[in-house]
Amino acid sequence: MSLANAIGLLCVLLGMPFFFLGTLGLLRFPDAYTRLHALAKTDNVGLGLVCLGLAILSGSLAIGLKLFLIWVLMLIASATGAGLIGRTALARGMKPWGL
Amino acid sequence: MLVFDALLAGALIWLAWQATHTPGLFRSVISFIVFGLLMALAWVRLEAPDIALAEAAIGAGATGALLLSALGRLAVTHEAGTPWQERPDLYFWIPAGAALLGLLTLAAWALPTPGLGDDVRRVLPDSGVANPVTAVLLNIRAFDTLLEIGVLLLATIAIWSLGRMPMPSAPAVRSPALTALGRVLFPMFVLVSAYLLWRGSHAPGGAFPAGAVVGAGGILSILAGAQPWLTGGVRGPWRILLSLGFATMLAVAWGVMALGQPFFAYPPGLAGLIVLVLELAAGLSIAMSLVALYLAGQPPDHWGPEAARR
Repeated sequence: MSLANAIGLLCVLLGMPFFFLGTLGLLRFPDAYTRLHALAKTDNVGLGLVCLGLAILSGSLAIGLKLFLIWVLMLIASATGAGLIGRTALARGMKPWGL
Repeated sequence: MLVFDALLAGALIWLAWQATHTPGLFRSVISFIVFGLLMALAWVRLEAPDIALAEAAIGAGATGALLLSALGRLAVTHEAGTPWQERPDLYFWIPAGAALLGLLTLAAWALPTPGLGDDVRRVLPDSGVANPVTAVLLNIRAFDTLLEIGVLLLATIAIWSLGRMPMPSAPAVRSPALTALGRVLFPMFVLVSAYLLWRGSHAPGGAFPAGAVVGAGGILSILAGAQPWLTGGVRGPWRILLSLGFATMLAVAWGVMALGQPFFAYPPGLAGLIVLVLELAAGLSIAMSLVALYLAGQPPDHWGPEAARR
């Protein structure tokens, strides 16, 4: 296994726990705001690491750029979605947990 | 991969049950949208990426948006509906469904092998494109596609004849990010769609996925509060774009007769160009039809504050 392959594999494996913990947070956290916090980590860091790892593993610049584009689009969509859910929850009068 | 396929099939059946039998319409609609996304994955596993693209864009995207917008206009009720344990008609429907499934399996079993694939592959070099699906859709069986585009056009005419569209209600919670998202993403939708259209000549893609992607992008922009500049006036651009696909296909079908060919038989050297032109025209019409279906009525002659007041 070459060094690049090992680094790529490591990135993908490092990304996995973020998905696991994000899902765990979605299921276990007490209210909408804390769940959003957990999910945003999954989208941003977890997907970023997986995309980076896959891009290194593919060894092709074109595929790497496409994976980067997927990650950037996901960042925009995730931030917008999280903002919308948070605003709607606030507008409906949901108190953040612990306040 | 067998485990993945089994999980996928199990999830599909479970989601179908959820979509039809869960109490609460909102959960049903969400189950249906997720069902569409997993169905697209199933098509990918069956090595039919064309159908997967169409399923994801139309089955999950456009239909999901339609169902959600219909849900938003329904009066809020808290009736739970009849739980499935108390529905005697299921004693008829479940065996009937199983019998239909059995008959379909028998029919699929009795299909002639290897089908028409070899025939298509033999005439593929003359069709002007290298992708068999596009060759069948826009050259070999272009007449069927003409009728399909005609059905879309008829459906849009029927919807417009119901009257003016209800104005899309403004989002309940104003978010500057949502408007910006609509603005940023629409060029991306157009880019993807142009890529799919171009790719259709040699790989999965083509007019239907391309049109569906732009249509979904248009619906998303309207949901984000944008107002299209296209108007539904008598000579407005919307009508021209809607009828462009059908009109171009008809013009080509008759135009080749002037060159001494039979109805809808492309001259050998021009086939590739004709297919590309037809794909472009059909893709634009499909996109506008999908947005028109979502708007549920004739768009106004002028967008703007006076249209919102009506």
